[in-house]
Amino acid sequence: MITLTINGKAQRYDGDSEMPLLWVLRDELNLKGTKFGCGMGLCGACTVHVNGEPVRSCLVSASDAAGKKITTIEGLSPDGTHPVQVAWEALDVPQCGYCQTGQIMTASALLAKKKNPTDADIDAAMAGNICRCGTYGRIRAAIHKASEGMKAGSTNR
Amino acid sequence: MEKINLGRRSILRATAIAGGGMMLGLFPRREARAQAPAQAPGQGPGRGGFARAPLSPANFVSISPDGIASIGSPNTEMGQGSFNLLPMMVAEELDIDWKNVKIVRTGVGSEFGGQFTAGSTATPSNWVPMRQIGGAVRGMLIAAAAQNWGVPAAECSTTPGRVVHSPSGRAASYGELAAKAATMPVPDFSTLKFKDPKDYKIIGTTTLGGETKDIIRGKAQFGIDITVPGMLYAVFEKTPVSRGKVVSANLDAIKAMKGVKHAFIVEGAPVNGNYPNYLFADPGLEAGVAIVADSWWAAQSARKKLKVQWDLGQLAAQDSEQTVAKAEELSKQAPARTLRKDGDTDAVFQRTDIRVIQGAYRFPIIAHNTLEPQNATAHFRDGKVEVWSTSQLPQTGRQLVARVLGIPVNDVTVHMVRAGGGFGRRCYNDSMAEAAWISKTVGAPVKLLWTREDDVQHDYYRPGGFQYLKAAIDQNGKLAAWHDHYITYGEGNSFIAEGGFDAGQFPAGLIRDYQVQSSVLPLVLKTGALRAPGSNCSAWVVQSFVDDVAHAAGKDPLALRLELLASAPAPAAPASGPGGGPPGGGRPGLNAARMRGVLELVAEKSGWGKRQLPPRTALGIACHFDHGGHVAEVAEVTVSADKKIKVNKVWVAADVGSHAVNPGAAEHVLQGAVIDGLSELIQEITLKNGRVVQSNYDQHPVLRMPEAPPIEVHFLRTNNTPNGLGEPGLPPILPAVCNAIFKATGERIHTLPFTKQGFRFA
Repeated sequence: MITLTINGKAQRYDGDSEMPLLWVLRDELNLKGTKFGCGMGLCGACTVHVNGEPVRSCLVSASDAAGKKITTIEGLSPDGTHPVQVAWEALDVPQCGYCQTGQIMTASALLAKKKNPTDADIDAAMAGNICRCGTYGRIRAAIHKASEGMKAGSTNR
Repeated sequence: MEKINLGRRSILRATAIAGGGMMLGLFPRREARAQAPAQAPGQGPGRGGFARAPLSPANFVSISPDGIASIGSPNTEMGQGSFNLLPMMVAEELDIDWKNVKIVRTGVGSEFGGQFTAGSTATPSNWVPMRQIGGAVRGMLIAAAAQNWGVPAAECSTTPGRVVHSPSGRAASYGELAAKAATMPVPDFSTLKFKDPKDYKIIGTTTLGGETKDIIRGKAQFGIDITVPGMLYAVFEKTPVSRGKVVSANLDAIKAMKGVKHAFIVEGAPVNGNYPNYLFADPGLEAGVAIVADSWWAAQSARKKLKVQWDLGQLAAQDSEQTVAKAEELSKQAPARTLRKDGDTDAVFQRTDIRVIQGAYRFPIIAHNTLEPQNATAHFRDGKVEVWSTSQLPQTGRQLVARVLGIPVNDVTVHMVRAGGGFGRRCYNDSMAEAAWISKTVGAPVKLLWTREDDVQHDYYRPGGFQYLKAAIDQNGKLAAWHDHYITYGEGNSFIAEGGFDAGQFPAGLIRDYQVQSSVLPLVLKTGALRAPGSNCSAWVVQSFVDDVAHAAGKDPLALRLELLASAPAPAAPASGPGGGPPGGGRPGLNAARMRGVLELVAEKSGWGKRQLPPRTALGIACHFDHGGHVAEVAEVTVSADKKIKVNKVWVAADVGSHAVNPGAAEHVLQGAVIDGLSELIQEITLKNGRVVQSNYDQHPVLRMPEAPPIEVHFLRTNNTPNGLGEPGLPPILPAVCNAIFKATGERIHTLPFTKQGFRFA
């Protein structure tokens, strides 16, 4: 029996403790926003936050995830209006959209650390997330826009 | 249309089809294309998605009492944008605010048109039929209002969402009228009057992707996300060499593993007694071992312990590297056949007053690499099967499943699901056949999901090829003759699937003495259409060699292209479309004036010939006509002393026809095509011992964020049918970058991937 803290909620999992977190999320807990792309940490489609860090959930076993704070796309914000999501919608970033939840999780982790990332920061943070449709230009623009949105949001508060 | 999407409030249900059948222009065969596969997917009635019969509005539109129109999108959405595009055309002529439109997926069947999600056909093939549907429903709403009010329909008109009778000042909403409108006869499509394009409110205005809000919240459903009650999960260990057979496998050990419910050998099924005809890529069911478990992870974990003894046959001796020497040998022999011969190139090459330049180009086999691996979910019960699929050709997939299972097509129900990328890969429906077979065998609903390694190693690959070109330049610096010896895989007079060469492409028809000949060498693997098939490699070769010619002739590469195009006769103006609208209903060929237009536009926007550039930095230009689209691109590239390539910026000029239907999406898909083409500069698939060597993104890479340049897109609007843009933006970028590398370094890229010449992206 493993207890996983996912999107602020404790979840009991009593299956194969070696099952990667990706498959626990998708097939055991029905959190399908996290995607499978390569199974080797090469594409970033399965990115989630583990204790705030962007992590490839295809490479983390259920037992390794136990006791850690896991956030998936479904839990990024209570109502799906994280500044990154707002920016993604404003610029209509997706084409096929399959990679975008992973992109958003990586981008939101970057912005949590660097409120005002440079293009070089974005390149470094996002290099592990493949977009096969080639939406990189809008991803970059949306990260800058989200950064602006977060600054405006904090000013308002 | 699926009832589940429409709900009970849907009450507009027109049933009759307009009297007096109307024939729309069929997809013209590409005459110059030397080889068209006899059994290419989708080559049935309505090839290319161009409808043969009028479509019934009832299959596409329903309006609920609150005035919301549910509009069915008949093609698969894989990022190319047809989910929005096609309903936008309907909504424009229906005359309704876009905010009152709900996009739904249609079902799969000929009543929804060709549903051909390939060949950049969605826009041109649907441009007339979708507007006819909208116009017909609008006509029925007007007829209902006129009857209610006892006035002539001709006195009524519409404002968005309302029918109005100006003389009496009466008005009624579409929602109020919908029930009655459903009982009105469907107008004869030939009587419909289309809007004047200057009155367009939706076409030409960017709309937000119909599923964007769901995608960014993790709620959009892709093929991999389908679940069916009681569903099991399958993996399929397919023969590593096509046509291989399973001799034996440790099935008992596999069945004993945790979570495994079934493990069995799939023999492979013949399709039309012609299995597997690789030259024509008829997809079928290959042999292998299926493992079915209560979770995908359990099935995949068991697979790691699977031991199969294969009988791989003769194809296990194949080695793709050996084709390089074989092609070199063939290039020195007389070509096997002639694809096109204009004038007498031999006579020109014998002249003493000309200079001859030659270039040998080689491009590799490459894979599609959709980010969502191939998958399908199937539920076989009571002799019938339901399949959830991301297929680009769902009707072809439906037929394949019926053939493989030996059941009537009507007993196969296919549900379209959003696809995580397509690029042509999902024109081949092998995963559908496998899922259906496995579900039938185990008697339960099954989701089959391939691994990335399966996806890379069991593709329908873009075939590789070799081109040996020769050009004559006369004393005036004029291109006097062009000869191309094209070599790829095939047998006899047949090229392998999607291995043909369009001998009618630029500069054919622009030079008096022009010849393309070909030879084939044996290499048997499954091949198929990859985004801009044919063009994605031929444009690189032809546009690189045009650059060689310009350099040898001492001409500016843009000037040479414009000079060649200027020699073409002026084409006839396109006829106006039905109902007084913009041109529509067909696909034009290469038009020299349109190509000059995009070249001049991209030159202007990129500052071609006008900017001082730093050392080892240069611009490269290329243009190409592909799948109905005229596109020219310029790349600014910096090459370091150690051959690291930085693409600083790309400019795209695309002739979109009379309208970019959804401009924001059009810009985006062109940018994506550029990124996709850049990836093709560094990709290669090889075969060793008959097996594909590469298996994941580390070995068959795609471009990543730090390598992606800014891409500036410019539309050229011309009085032509709006054309598709999913493919035409790709081919020019490869030669544009390589031409820039040549200009910056003096080194010509003759072999792709360019890593073979020591180059890499910075």
